[in-house]
Amino acid sequence: MTIQEIQEEIVDEFSMFDDWMQRYEYMIELGKSLPLIEEKYKVEENLIKGCQSKVWVHADLNGDKLAFSADSDAIITKGIVAILIRTYSNQHPTAIIEADNKFIDEIGLKEHLSPTRANGLVSMIKQLKMYAIAYQTQLD
Amino acid sequence: MKAVANKLPLDIETIRLDFPILKRKVNGYPLVYLDNAATSQTPQQVINVIVDYYSNYNANIHRGVHSLSQEATDKYESARKKIQQHFNVANSHEIIFTSGTTHSINLVANGFAQELEKGDEVIVSALEHHSNIVPWQMLCEKTGAILKVIPMTQEGELDMDAFHKLLSTKTKMVFVNHVSNALGTVNPIEEIIEATHKVGAAILVDGAQAAPHIKADLQALDVDFYVVSAHKICGPTGVGMLYGKEKWLNKLPPYQGGGEMIATVSFEKTTYAELPHKFEAGTPNICGGIAFGAAIDYMNSIGFENIAAYEQQLLEYATKELLEIEGVKIYGTSKEKTAVISFNIEGIHPYDIGTIVDKLGIALRTGHHCAQPIMDFYKIPGTVRASFSFYNTFEEVDLFIAAIKKAKTMLQ
Repeated sequence: MTIQEIQEEIVDEFSMFDDWMQRYEYMIELGKSLPLIEEKYKVEENLIKGCQSKVWVHADLNGDKLAFSADSDAIITKGIVAILIRTYSNQHPTAIIEADNKFIDEIGLKEHLSPTRANGLVSMIKQLKMYAIAYQTQLD
Repeated sequence: MKAVANKLPLDIETIRLDFPILKRKVNGYPLVYLDNAATSQTPQQVINVIVDYYSNYNANIHRGVHSLSQEATDKYESARKKIQQHFNVANSHEIIFTSGTTHSINLVANGFAQELEKGDEVIVSALEHHSNIVPWQMLCEKTGAILKVIPMTQEGELDMDAFHKLLSTKTKMVFVNHVSNALGTVNPIEEIIEATHKVGAAILVDGAQAAPHIKADLQALDVDFYVVSAHKICGPTGVGMLYGKEKWLNKLPPYQGGGEMIATVSFEKTTYAELPHKFEAGTPNICGGIAFGAAIDYMNSIGFENIAAYEQQLLEYATKELLEIEGVKIYGTSKEKTAVISFNIEGIHPYDIGTIVDKLGIALRTGHHCAQPIMDFYKIPGTVRASFSFYNTFEEVDLFIAAIKKAKTMLQ
């Protein structure tokens, strides 16, 4: 699936929820259920410093696709991390670089991607794109 | 809730009518504002003063010959006098208007660069806000002075035995807050000031978190510098004060050059203006200063004894209710505390709790509260902080507790 198809699928899933509480309960479930990153990658150099919640990101190149794993110490942040990983992982670097995050707005989580929100997610997306740029150069 | 209503020292429902913002809803719920340690809300009486200033007598002060300028100057200087009286300061020129506590601290730190030599010691406390740590670190880097830290105890109090041992003839300055922003601990500043003076050092007390709860008598305290931000005591942001003893303010060099702070200027030599203008370069926050005075009037009309008595009741009630929730740990359990509760729930990140309760209209602060050394001491990433004001109610405490319970259920 392309990034856009995955995003549409996520928007579909979230459209089933009536209110914020159901959305958050779902995100918390996502955050709890997914082992997102191997412990050995939860190290200082993979740490993105958000002011309050920490986010770790690790990238591997599989063929011409980039695979991400990530984690956070806060469960709601981790839920959104899970959504972003589902969107961006196993995609070609060019697609990652070109993708936007408007779907986050559509699923009612826009506030978490505000640059002033101290949860590390904005920096995480920037980091994913940086990896994509770095690996794209490698593939070229 | 509470068979306390008949004993309350304040008519809270009437007081709440003064604060238009308390009527609003957030995320569909009535706002429960419990982030008062970050900034307090503004009563209509202060808002009116701001509107009146810009509607009727907005003008630059101290220089103009026209009536408007004179009017604005009179109001600004009368605000300075109100602040002087409130803190029982000997001379109004010992009150310097600044942009707030951080500006005040930096002004003093900058001035002290000439007072310090390599090997001198300056002491800060482990309970400080970053704004009362970083300027002194910078000062030490610049001068070669050594920064010493008064350690804290598990209860969130200063280790006073350790403090007394740190003091010596090498000590040149001590910096400590009156009340800790992260934990609410009221520090024994009388003892700290006296001991500091015994070794011949100067002391700055950061009163940012004390000012909303405690009316400090600065002459009785005999403190050298005391700093406050207006926005913590129902005033606007962007204005605050530096109190300094006259002898110190005369000794310290100006912090910023510009208009207003000069007596005469030529390219050969500039002579500085008298206090307080020496430290008030440029056009100040005129409206802010006047509104600062109005905020002091407002707080005094309610009465600091009433405020303290009522807030202590809120604190006791909220603490008791919170501790009934399984897994809650409160940080900062000093007997002398303002109405601040810093806490965590076992196994839950404070950011998650803050996010959920915000959805329920409850405004709390989460994170390290600009006091990372305290968080490092407790080995936690941060806390959830509820900070109460005299306009909060017992019903709001109930809503807060219910929201915390809800968040806990969702997150566990």
